[in-house]
Amino acid sequence: MTTAALLAIPVSAERLRKRLAWQLALLGLLLALASLAAGSDGWSPAALWRLLSGPDAGLVIGQIRAPRTLGAWLVGALLGIAGAVAQGLFRNPLADPYLLGSASGATLGVVLVLGAGALTGHAVSLASADALTRIGLIGAAFAGSLGGVTLTLTLARGAMHTSRLLLAGVIVGVVLGAAGDMVTTVVPDALRGKQAFLLGSTGFLGWDSCAALAAGLLSTLPLAWRLSRALDALTLGEDSAISLGLALGKLRFLLVAALALATALAVSQAGLIAFVGLVAPHLVRRFAPAAHGYHVVASAAMGGTLLLGADVLARCLVAPQELPVGVLTAVLGGGYLLWLLHRRRLA
Amino acid sequence: MTLAPRAEGTRGARLEGVAARPGLPSSDRLQPSSISLPGGPSQSGPHVVPVPSLEALGVSVVLGGRQVLHDVSLSIGPGWTAIVGPNGAGKSTLLRTLVGLQAVQSGRVELAGRPWPHWSPRERARQVAWLAQQGEASGELTVREVVHLGRLPQLGLFATPGPEDEALVQAAMAQTECAAWQHRSLQALSGGERQRVLLARALAVDAPLLLLDEPTTHLDPPHQVALVRLLQRQARAGRAVASVLHDLSLALQADRLVVMAQGRVRAAGPRDDPSLHAALVEVFDGAIRIERLGAQWVVVPDLSPG
Repeated sequence: MTTAALLAIPVSAERLRKRLAWQLALLGLLLALASLAAGSDGWSPAALWRLLSGPDAGLVIGQIRAPRTLGAWLVGALLGIAGAVAQGLFRNPLADPYLLGSASGATLGVVLVLGAGALTGHAVSLASADALTRIGLIGAAFAGSLGGVTLTLTLARGAMHTSRLLLAGVIVGVVLGAAGDMVTTVVPDALRGKQAFLLGSTGFLGWDSCAALAAGLLSTLPLAWRLSRALDALTLGEDSAISLGLALGKLRFLLVAALALATALAVSQAGLIAFVGLVAPHLVRRFAPAAHGYHVVASAAMGGTLLLGADVLARCLVAPQELPVGVLTAVLGGGYLLWLLHRRRLA
Repeated sequence: MTLAPRAEGTRGARLEGVAARPGLPSSDRLQPSSISLPGGPSQSGPHVVPVPSLEALGVSVVLGGRQVLHDVSLSIGPGWTAIVGPNGAGKSTLLRTLVGLQAVQSGRVELAGRPWPHWSPRERARQVAWLAQQGEASGELTVREVVHLGRLPQLGLFATPGPEDEALVQAAMAQTECAAWQHRSLQALSGGERQRVLLARALAVDAPLLLLDEPTTHLDPPHQVALVRLLQRQARAGRAVASVLHDLSLALQADRLVVMAQGRVRAAGPRDDPSLHAALVEVFDGAIRIERLGAQWVVVPDLSPG
């Protein structure tokens, strides 16, 4: 066999990766069109025609549906990156973006703002059209999410020990969750807003949200991609990675930072969307197993496609009502994992 | 209970150039060059690596409240050193300490006279390649991608592997006979196959020192023999090879043995040394016999009555 023949990656693996990339691009495009066409009474050609021939087409599509479509994709993509990084970092296929206290921190932040609003007589709502309120809630969720991860890192004394990090994440989750519950006990008015936040929604995404999300994607994806060789080395175990000369403490801190930033942005803009961050990397592994360089990028595309698809479904299934998209992703994602478990047992 | 031999004693026991001695079970087909193979990338002359000496000086290690190493001093020089001893003797901990993965309670480990903490992680990794015991492997990497990780100490995280890196990787895979399935996923391999891939990963580092923890795990007899030949070849090419080995007959193929028990070095010396054999029998509670079989030593359980 010649060296050239040895060097060549077999067509199958390479083809699988290319095929998945094309499929995700095509599916994303189709879903984007479907999302632009889906209105308050679901996916109806007649309604679409009425809209397009009416005077409000530019406003409805350009200012409501387009940012919602792009925003949903971006939120899913950020969760996909965070999931892929978390699973690589903890070498555990069950790791998800919310593992390190992001979710409980963000929830507490939102509850605190809602509670403070209720106490001072301002009705604060997630659906509020008031830009200042929106920004306040987004800021609170973002700060809370990063605060939760910072607390976890402090408790674990850095990112050097995986098990300590996971344990600290669990503890922070419980403690911040309890703190949030305490606030809602004192200020029951905050409960409804908290509920909406926990369910997750893509309904409030505007162009400003898209800008923030895109900035997040453009900073976390290149970082995760650059550090993907470290995730590859980690598959051999932490000691082997250290023996290969990796400054594991520093690298892990950077990866946790990327994970925390991606999750915080997604959570602050769309609430707690369940399962996308867990399932997207799984699906990529299933259709195109690859080293982490490809895996992280493909997981982002997969996450975006999944959430966009879920969002279209959420709007069409019970139109003119709309399901909270987080509920739908939980049902679909949970169902997928159950099916996977069932299949594995049979195999 | 004897005291651990001090550094002077073990240093004196180091055998250099043993591999060149006639009578060593060697096959002349094998080339002296470590990383070159028929049909593979050609390399000019044998691999000349100045091997810096790796020394443990009065090393004590405490793990989970238990003292695992007691004031251990030894040095690893060119040639193949096998580290043997009963379960729990501290062999793996010693190896991890020598590689710089294990923090020490007292004493120090030096490479070329410089203690490990004074080396940067990448400098250290370029000097010493390490194979973990029961090496774990998760993820979706292919065999070739795993072996390429061995180039990380040279390349760092960001550089792209060049033709020389690819050549080293291919040569390492050829040496452990895993090139044929280089595009398969590591997950899809058997335990023995995986062990050979991880060994190739360690070889691909191309470091002057090669420290292997139980490299024969999961290997069938033909591949155990191949491994012994490989380690002898590496030693002859001028590398310092140290391996923890459970199989004493294989260990007695090494140039030099270090016998450990209860966290201490009990004996160290060339493989034919009768006093070393006596120490070996002693640390295994007299339950083994060491016999000469042709050109090699074999160790069998002593089942004689009485």
